[in-house]
Amino acid sequence: MSERPIVTIDGNEAAAYVAHKTNEVIAIYPITPSSPMGEWADQWSAEGKTNLWGTVPLVVEMQSEGGAAGAVHGALQTGSLTTTFTASQGLLLMIPNMYKIAGELTSTVFHVAARSLAAQALSIFGDHSDVMATRSTGWALLCSSSVQEVMDFALIAQASTLQARVPFLHFFDGFRTSHEVAKIEQLTDDDMRAMLPYELILAHRARALSPDRPFIRGTAQNPDVYFQGRETVNPFYAATPGIVQKTMDKFAGLVGRQYHLFDYVGAPDAERVIVIMGSGAETVHHTVNYLTARGEKVGMVKVRLFRPWSVEHFMAALPPTVKAIAAMDRCKEPGAAGEPLYLDCVTAVMEGGRPDIRIIGGRYGLSSKEFTPGMVKAIFEELAKPQPKNHFTVGINDDVSHTSLAYDKGFNLEMPGTVRALFYGLGADGTVGANKNSIKIIGEETPFYAQGYFVYDSKKSGATTVSHLRFGPAPIQQPYLIDRANFIAVHQTVFLERYDVLAKAEPGAVFLLNCPWGPDEVWDHLPRTYQRHILEKKLKFYVIDAYDVAKKTGMGGRINTIMQTCFFAISGVLPRDEAINEIKKAVEKTYGKRGMHVVQQNWDAIDLTLEHLYEVKVPDQITSTFDLPPVVPPEAPEFVQKVTAEIIAGRGDELPVSAIPVDGTWPSGTAQWEKRNIALEIPVWDPDVCIQCGKCAMVCPHAAIRVKVYPPEALAGAPATFKSTPWKGKEFPGWMYTVQVAPEDCTGCTACVQICPAKNRREPRLKAINMAPQPPLRATERENYAFFLDIPEVDRSQVNVRQVKTAQLLQPLFEYSGACAGCGETPYIKLLTQLFGDRTIIANATGCSSIYGGNLPTTPYTFNKEGRGPAWSNSLFEDNAEFGLGMRLTLDKQIEFARELLTAHADLVGRDLAEAILHADQSDEAGIIAQRARVAELKKRLDSLNGAESLRQLRNLADVFVKKSIWIVGGDGWAYDIGYGGLDHVLASGRNVNILVLDTEVYSNTGGQMSKATPRGAVAKFAAGGKPAPKKDLAMMAMSYGNVYVARVAMGANDQQTLRAFLEAESYDGPSLIIAYSHCIAHGIDMAYGNEQQRRAVDSGYWILMRYDPRLAAEGKNPLQLDSKAPKIPLKDYVYNETRYTMLVKAKPEDAAHLLAQAQEDVKSRWHLYEQLASLDYSGR
Amino acid sequence: MDLSTTYMGMRLKNPIVPSASPLSEKISTIRQMEDAGAAAVVLYSLFEEQIEQEAAYISHYMEYGAESYAEALSYFPKPSEFRLGPEEYLEHIRKAKEAVDIPIIASLNGVSDGGWIDYSTLIQQAGADGLEINLYFLPTSPDVTCGQVEHVYLDVLANVKRHVSIPVAMKLSPYFSAFPHTAYLLDRAGADALVLFNRFYQPDLDIEELTVGPHLVLSNSNEMRLPLRWIAILYGRVGCSLAHTTGIHTPEDVLKAVMAGADVAQVCSALLKNGIGHITSLLDGITRWMEEHEYESIDEMKGSLSQRNVAEPTAFERANYMKTLHSYR
Repeated sequence: MSERPIVTIDGNEAAAYVAHKTNEVIAIYPITPSSPMGEWADQWSAEGKTNLWGTVPLVVEMQSEGGAAGAVHGALQTGSLTTTFTASQGLLLMIPNMYKIAGELTSTVFHVAARSLAAQALSIFGDHSDVMATRSTGWALLCSSSVQEVMDFALIAQASTLQARVPFLHFFDGFRTSHEVAKIEQLTDDDMRAMLPYELILAHRARALSPDRPFIRGTAQNPDVYFQGRETVNPFYAATPGIVQKTMDKFAGLVGRQYHLFDYVGAPDAERVIVIMGSGAETVHHTVNYLTARGEKVGMVKVRLFRPWSVEHFMAALPPTVKAIAAMDRCKEPGAAGEPLYLDCVTAVMEGGRPDIRIIGGRYGLSSKEFTPGMVKAIFEELAKPQPKNHFTVGINDDVSHTSLAYDKGFNLEMPGTVRALFYGLGADGTVGANKNSIKIIGEETPFYAQGYFVYDSKKSGATTVSHLRFGPAPIQQPYLIDRANFIAVHQTVFLERYDVLAKAEPGAVFLLNCPWGPDEVWDHLPRTYQRHILEKKLKFYVIDAYDVAKKTGMGGRINTIMQTCFFAISGVLPRDEAINEIKKAVEKTYGKRGMHVVQQNWDAIDLTLEHLYEVKVPDQITSTFDLPPVVPPEAPEFVQKVTAEIIAGRGDELPVSAIPVDGTWPSGTAQWEKRNIALEIPVWDPDVCIQCGKCAMVCPHAAIRVKVYPPEALAGAPATFKSTPWKGKEFPGWMYTVQVAPEDCTGCTACVQICPAKNRREPRLKAINMAPQPPLRATERENYAFFLDIPEVDRSQVNVRQVKTAQLLQPLFEYSGACAGCGETPYIKLLTQLFGDRTIIANATGCSSIYGGNLPTTPYTFNKEGRGPAWSNSLFEDNAEFGLGMRLTLDKQIEFARELLTAHADLVGRDLAEAILHADQSDEAGIIAQRARVAELKKRLDSLNGAESLRQLRNLADVFVKKSIWIVGGDGWAYDIGYGGLDHVLASGRNVNILVLDTEVYSNTGGQMSKATPRGAVAKFAAGGKPAPKKDLAMMAMSYGNVYVARVAMGANDQQTLRAFLEAESYDGPSLIIAYSHCIAHGIDMAYGNEQQRRAVDSGYWILMRYDPRLAAEGKNPLQLDSKAPKIPLKDYVYNETRYTMLVKAKPEDAAHLLAQAQEDVKSRWHLYEQLASLDYSGR
Repeated sequence: MDLSTTYMGMRLKNPIVPSASPLSEKISTIRQMEDAGAAAVVLYSLFEEQIEQEAAYISHYMEYGAESYAEALSYFPKPSEFRLGPEEYLEHIRKAKEAVDIPIIASLNGVSDGGWIDYSTLIQQAGADGLEINLYFLPTSPDVTCGQVEHVYLDVLANVKRHVSIPVAMKLSPYFSAFPHTAYLLDRAGADALVLFNRFYQPDLDIEELTVGPHLVLSNSNEMRLPLRWIAILYGRVGCSLAHTTGIHTPEDVLKAVMAGADVAQVCSALLKNGIGHITSLLDGITRWMEEHEYESIDEMKGSLSQRNVAEPTAFERANYMKTLHSYR
């Protein structure tokens, strides 16, 4: 056997490594947190890496997990060794095929990064809800608790399934294990070969379909034989536990790590035992070791093979002395007699002849909730009670059903000699990447064990990352966050006003701050809380101006290498010189492919860092005159104060059950209270240059720059620096106009500046909006913005919504989202809310738009002064069109019913009013406002009538008489791929829904995987060599129905056309589809120039602006109108501004040239086709 | 008829050499150039600054937004092979050398001392027959003296010559206050050829958009007279080869360049306008003219109309201006 390399990798890579080595076909679909497994497999295949048998596995991305499971099923049936990777909703979509695969006794392993299921809310984090939903499929369920086990069990599962013929689901905790970076031993090809006898593979193939020896499989069976057929498999399930144990024994003989179906750890005479599986088992293990060392009679059972459940093996694992068991489930089955593991333990103990053992069940760790030694200790203490609580929870405060156990939050088992480091960074500053690098350095270059876990927030711009790193001489068995750090680094000063990070510092810890202040001046810039921590805990305090070092060494804003150098220089984890040398080597490894210049820049930065790192001589008293500001202002609503603010402050774990809404319903209008102050520079308006076009407000992704008109008297009491200028439009004569920035909500993306067409004639480098540093402007502009918001909104009925400049006067009801700075999607949603937001229901597909739209703590969807605003919901990824259609069906039914009622009661409520309501023209804002008044009158009259039930029904439904708008919103992954079947059906339904496809041409939310919207030649994940096929023409497909309104828009190219399309789509009484070009961070562009790229996309003919209005055909006109001209720039002038294309030029120049030529030809032929369609004569029809 | 000439120590079959331009980006075009009769080809320039900018740009945008949001820890696949350095250019040299028999002269525009040395060494290793230093340097600071400008050229040349053994040509700008002296210093520092002149793109102003931008106009025959004068003046005064570039469109233009003293005439705009086949037309025209005028070789006419060989040497000097005006009047 060859020596096994030591690697520092995460759980996903560990699973993918074995899966790629031991399979021939891999069909996948991205879903968090399992996506990296598919990405690794794809990358290795793209690099030509072979499996154990010398062939490169075929990796195929499907349109959904359902599709992936189907493809896997087919590949298995034809004899390939086949696998897939998934999680959560994806696993649910595979269930139908899983039944088939198991029913057909087919050998395969699915690797699952276990994740919560969407119930009251979606959660991307880890628990066992998804896996538990599959336990009746007939699959073996094998659980890994650590990164090393992931690699080991991936192989054990593969070896077992080939022998047992029962398919295996190998799972591990999403994020906690899938994303934890740990130092492990890598299995070798020899190990894997030894575990996978070739004859078993041949046997698998021999069972495959072949016309050379035909048979049928997948029959339909009747009552006479189906039942018996189901029972035929029993011997296979009976044999499986024994097979797995033998496989584990063989593995132990080979590799040295012995596993059992149920591994017992603890006192041989234990009386209290916890049964648990997954990463939580590591925490229990560690705590049991601690407690038994102190003489406690406790133990634990790690469940490895959860299905088939072997009573015999389980009972054998328990010490005979056991009196009480706590079975810990990382899932929730409402209404059940208990959660799955608990029920199995109860059954096992009964069937195993030990009814004397008391068993309690507990829930823990849902959605990656922390599970700590303190909680484990509490469980053991509970077990010692004469009447322990059953069906308890731990880790939360359940003040509603009182299920929760109290636990000692101060109890921790951090080992002396371990470096425990916390790093607070911004997503953009590279902190996480540098820390991953440090783990590799320490893990692979020293005998130390290393662990890294990374916590991200839910924002895509200005996101906070917290890195938790442990290094030490002993193996690290602590799958939970660091609560007591001996090194804390704050990479951005903005955190000083957001979080009390030093609360987690232990006495004598090191505190490193990146700030523009030198060692002699920094003290007075610290809030009192920080000063107090430093003094009371006697922290060693260091400062560096990393941005200055970065600037001096040409690193721009990248401070990752600099801060990493600081860590090594002062943490003492490695001798300084050795550490510096290793960082330099790591830099070369990381950046070498990108040229020596990049490497040298980083090296220079490392050298200069040491000269700019200072220890601060800490004064002996608190001197600061300020402290951490309140999380939200005092005027925020009570719910926001009590709940939202706690989540914003990072104290959501402390919220009791009673604080959380029971049914997933949360208030809108909350983003306004989360002032993030992430922009270094904000736009400043120059009224003298402004031409009042409204484009700045139109393109702002965050509604952080707004325009208003108002009578001059509204300026009374304006702050001194509030700017105003006479309105130039024909409407509102004599009124004033203001462009105002929300200084604390702006992300500094500069989209407004880039789009501004007005130039200062004396200094053309200046426009009507120019960027200026935020800090000196923050206070005054905050006051100005508050004043601006208080100016009454314009009368919607008086606004010409058909012009951008006036449409932008309408209040946005989507504001300050956490989308990426410069996001190309959000301006469309914002426009939607400006035009129709006060009467819109939005069905939102899962994806970026559901995250920035509905990920806690806050939502950008808001309401106007009358309390009206978009009602928003997210169902799933795959069903959004159907979800929205359902909303339409309700409205249609309710309108019909309400009309029936009103007609029936017309005389009672007043015939004139009834007639007016029933025949109201609501085609414009004035009509809608008038109808609202009529409905208000109707309700008043109905209130005064103490009438029959039908009158009460009418009163209850009256609001539906005011026109509502259904918007079905989602990205291209939904519309082109996973949700296309439903989308197509909804288009064909003829119902009045409006579908907005935010087309980023890639799965943006999960990190840039190819969709069918990805253009030819663009690089994406699963299209590393550039996508070979052209983009699907969704517009053309929709047009083929003839009765669907279709528009393709690009706001950055033609905002007026976009506006027109939204108005037409909404006014069309039938299905409407708007496909909106949405530039995206996944294009590899400077987002400031996203709108410029949109213009180029249109100018090149790649993105043809068009509207197809079926109403025109009825008038004898061609329904297709082209809104852009024939291609006027070569395609390359558009695409080669984007990294998704240029990286192929650098990687495979010849392929890139070939694909570009094909893509250019696509442009030509598509334009030719559209041009001909648009010139067809409809007059004779 | 002997059209051969010696340039940078290389014996070329004729004096027509396509100059550095995007035309040499494709191997097939280089083959066409050889087929049409080109005696050598100067490849398009390798720009150190561009390589570094591209590397920085791609590494920045591949990582932009990464490790920031839990669901999307990266946005791009990690390509195993990435050519962000000069590899593509070096590979192009290798392929060109394989594809044609005529000499391949690489062209380099560096920024840093290290870049000049590293890239020229790599270019030599890739098999280039010669190297043209394309020193695009426009001094805009009032603090920079003419002496400093000259030193930039001299230092680069000295640096490169120390590290490569292939012949090195210096492509020069016309903006030296004492051009013959600069040429003399470069010649003495080891330049194997001087290429006259680098034709800079002159920016243009857009008075509607209030912007400034590049404005590319192809040359015409009239523009050849600036290099023509200086070649005529330098001929015989420097030992290195002389290349005439800018404004060579017709056979007569080539003949003028040679008679002024150029060893080769570099062509670009003419090929962009008329296609690669224009090289054949030029050669046919030269041959015809030489036959008609009974010249037997290029060497026979080289420098025949240089300042030192013409009857009126002062015609190349300042007085020339006055006379022109007189004659015009």
